[in-house]
Amino acid sequence: MKEYQTITEISGPLVFVETDEPVGYDEIVEIETGDGQTRRGQVLESASDHVAIQVFEGTEGIDRNSSVRFLGETMKMPVTEDLLGRVLDGSGQPIDGGPEIVPDERRDIVGEAINPYSREYPEEFIQTGVSAIDGMNTLVRGQKLPIFSASGLPHNDLALQIARQATVPEEEEDGDDDGSEFAVIFGAMGITQEEANEFMADFERTGALERSVVFTNLADDPAVERTITPRLALTTAEYLAFDKGYHVLVILTDMTNYCEALREIGAAREEVPGRRGYPGYMYTDLAQLYERAGRIKGREGSVTQIPILTMPGDDDTHPIPDLTGYITEGQIMMDRDLHSEGIEPPVNVLPSLSRLMDDGIGEGLTREDHADVSDQMYAAYAEGEDLRDLVNIVGREALSERDNRFLDFADRFEAEFVDQGSDADLSIDETLDIGWDLLSMLPKEELNRIDEDLIEEYYEEQEAEEVAAD
Amino acid sequence: MSQATESDVREDGVIESVSGPVVTATDLDARMNDVVYVGHEGLMGEVIEIEGNITTIQVYEETSDVSPGEPVEGTGAPLSVDLGPGMLDAIYDGVQRPLDVLEEKMGSPYLDRGVDAPGIDLEKTWEFEPEVDEGDVVETGDIVGTVPETPSIDHKVMVPPGSEGGEVVSIESGEFTVEETVVELDSGEEIQMRQEWPVRQQRPAEEKQTPTTPLISGQRILDGLFPIAKGGTAAIPGPFGSGKTVTQHQLAKYADADIVVYVGCGERGNEMTEVIEDFPELEDPTTGNTLMDRTCLIANTSNMPVAARESCVYTGITIAEYFRDMGYDVALMADSTSRWAEAMREISSRLEEMPGEEGYPAYLAARLSEFYERAGYFQNVNGTEGSVSVIGAVSPPGGDFSEPVTQNTLRIVKTFWALDADLAERRHFPAINWNESYSLYRDQLDPWFVENVEDDWPEQRQWAIDVLDEEAELQEIVQLVGKDALPEDQQLTLEVARYLREAWLQQNGFHPVDTYCPPEKTYLLLGAIRAYNDAAFEALDAGVPVEEITDIDAAPRINRIGVQEDYDEFVDELVDDIESELQEMY
Repeated sequence: MKEYQTITEISGPLVFVETDEPVGYDEIVEIETGDGQTRRGQVLESASDHVAIQVFEGTEGIDRNSSVRFLGETMKMPVTEDLLGRVLDGSGQPIDGGPEIVPDERRDIVGEAINPYSREYPEEFIQTGVSAIDGMNTLVRGQKLPIFSASGLPHNDLALQIARQATVPEEEEDGDDDGSEFAVIFGAMGITQEEANEFMADFERTGALERSVVFTNLADDPAVERTITPRLALTTAEYLAFDKGYHVLVILTDMTNYCEALREIGAAREEVPGRRGYPGYMYTDLAQLYERAGRIKGREGSVTQIPILTMPGDDDTHPIPDLTGYITEGQIMMDRDLHSEGIEPPVNVLPSLSRLMDDGIGEGLTREDHADVSDQMYAAYAEGEDLRDLVNIVGREALSERDNRFLDFADRFEAEFVDQGSDADLSIDETLDIGWDLLSMLPKEELNRIDEDLIEEYYEEQEAEEVAAD
Repeated sequence: MSQATESDVREDGVIESVSGPVVTATDLDARMNDVVYVGHEGLMGEVIEIEGNITTIQVYEETSDVSPGEPVEGTGAPLSVDLGPGMLDAIYDGVQRPLDVLEEKMGSPYLDRGVDAPGIDLEKTWEFEPEVDEGDVVETGDIVGTVPETPSIDHKVMVPPGSEGGEVVSIESGEFTVEETVVELDSGEEIQMRQEWPVRQQRPAEEKQTPTTPLISGQRILDGLFPIAKGGTAAIPGPFGSGKTVTQHQLAKYADADIVVYVGCGERGNEMTEVIEDFPELEDPTTGNTLMDRTCLIANTSNMPVAARESCVYTGITIAEYFRDMGYDVALMADSTSRWAEAMREISSRLEEMPGEEGYPAYLAARLSEFYERAGYFQNVNGTEGSVSVIGAVSPPGGDFSEPVTQNTLRIVKTFWALDADLAERRHFPAINWNESYSLYRDQLDPWFVENVEDDWPEQRQWAIDVLDEEAELQEIVQLVGKDALPEDQQLTLEVARYLREAWLQQNGFHPVDTYCPPEKTYLLLGAIRAYNDAAFEALDAGVPVEEITDIDAAPRINRIGVQEDYDEFVDELVDDIESELQEMY
């Protein structure tokens, strides 16, 4: 291992060093400052006579005389099943005062792309107990389904509710323990201590901590470190899922902070910026995180991702939500208006989407009527929403009876279907039954998305007449 | 990908610097766009810039841990694909490495580095049946024999481009590998089933012709309103979640092309897995065989190396052109061309080139038009006719169609299927906006529809367009005053337009019957709505109040036509019911 004292430039999170021996791209570096502190970094660019290093823990205190050691390997994460129940900092060091981690293996954190040929298509329904998700935007094992939120909205509550309630109903019924257990990996990037406490308290209260691994990079931790935190979390997740057979749910929050860190590094390197100053490779970079969700043929476990991001200015065309939406398999959209109306969780189902839903639901998976019911509710709620604008102008009296029914439907949909509170855990049957209850307000012939046989079986005739009689 | 031959190897170089997928080397003797092997692991790369003694290379694999001083080996050949039997039913990465072979060679579900594999199986034998006899004179491009590649497709073995041609002195049927000689010419030239072609170069053709046959997609809104021709180009731009990929998949499944080349360029891994799992089980509506028998997949997902993403569309179109040369109609779907453009941007910015609009390189427009221009209806060198239709998805940031990739694409393509987030939100699928979309092929394809479907196809379509246009105008008024304030005839028009939208334009891709709608059914369904329109307006003229007309029992059944397998009878009966019910009112 060669040591250099040839730092030529320090700029933001970057350090440039002259070298006389070749250094590998992406290699890990240790820099020792004058007062004996050690900082870690990574090679961003390697030329024959100099390298550019990105320092994770900040460049404060580094000077021209600091010594630089190249470790000759890329960043690794020590992985072992014993990580479950542990709390680590944003660069993977334990901070819970527990025993030292004895790794089974050390894995490269960048990870390799899963061969699309080796993937298994995700189609196992995960019941989250949240109707707006289960009924309308179903989550399946191996999916990446982000929560698009904004400052001041209860996205953390929803994420916690999902982590607490998520089950695969079929397996429960069979009592068939196939050896796959459920684990939660929590990767926090730049969240406040308070938010972190909220998560930790909930994990401890529900006993979830012992099947969790927590990585926390807090708001006052170095920003550059945020670029490795999710990779450490996902490396651990992959190990637990594909080597140890766990069904892993990875919650990453807040991706917006991650992207800010990327932008900071890009700016320090004087790169040509893309939209709004974010680097042009942000799509690729995010894809390398999100695409680590999935299932693999012949392997027991799965990696399911729920990244959380806060949309700057509630704007879903901002590059962060925009690029995320292009990579992930749908999104759960939180809505400020619903939140202020006290609806919990304030999920706006219209712009929400689960791309893997169609293959994860239906007969034998959830229920035969699931797809049609969800389709019909989407259409009806969208129609009701449209009419609301009109009502503001012309008033309810000016609308036809049909239109009034749709308006009522939209109101009841929000109040009875979406608003369920953060403790309610509804089975998919309960969710769909509420759906039928609402759809039965509409005349039968308006249910043009639903198969006639299903209408026969589930439509609640009497109630419809009562409503009509009102 | 094609394996370079040893004799081509030139002077090797040494790595000077590494920055992500961009590596520079000194002392390397290579030409522009030559393939090189980088570092001790032999990572595949391509020369993209030469300046003085420095050669810049884009590397198709991850470059972690590669350091200056490692060797760079030239191959002396540009990036080429292997062409021959064995490409259908295959799944490749962006540089034509078969993913199933890679899995086996790497022994892991992850994509490792430095592993190479030929694009077609070199060991497998194929049954070669000659098409020419000894003594016949053949020229470049001529078909000398066929190989039953899949139940759907006979692979035509052709004299490779660049061949001198000559008299056939030896040819016989039998089992051969792709590298064994199947034909010998008097010039001493030996012809194998396998040929190579550099991906960035268009394969030669005799003449490009005006396309006059539609590529029937089985999607009502496309065939009915915005048809694409065989040999045509189309763009599908839309924000995320508006159904670009689903539309592309529907086209890949049901378009009446002989061959489908599906390029997953920088998109989701699970989407490709879905295709790999679904297609072998789905039936090709034209031949009845499995869809995989006519499909070649190229998957370079978003997390796979960015340089290979840049090359995957070229790999795809070269394969498409090769099948075109055999006289087949090929449809190429590229999902998504924006990711390809972004790959260009990423490489360009690492080269520190002067950026154009939104950071994209200045040559973006040129590359896009070069690519789409490889589509067309061609008379091939060997006299056959074949076509390559290109359908490119575009993913505009924030759904804003004014961004450079969408705009530059629209300047070239002749069909524009604009996806609409609003429609997608209300689960109106396919979420193609009928007011914004267009097809410039309509007029040149009408004769085909008139001849093969029905005489009044163009006229009936125009009726539908007029109603939809009128609806769009009326909706603006409705937004202000409410529907009931409109005169009765306009209220009725809105009702008719609603059926157009819900029963005709909307189509359920997940319903086993509705997912594919032959043009005859598209026509009949529209005819049923028009019959309802005519009968309803007659009733209105006779003084029947509009509420009663719209309330008739039979009308909602229009929405069920799509899911009927025996639609002929159903439509006849329905139209009778509608007419008699309305006539009873006056």
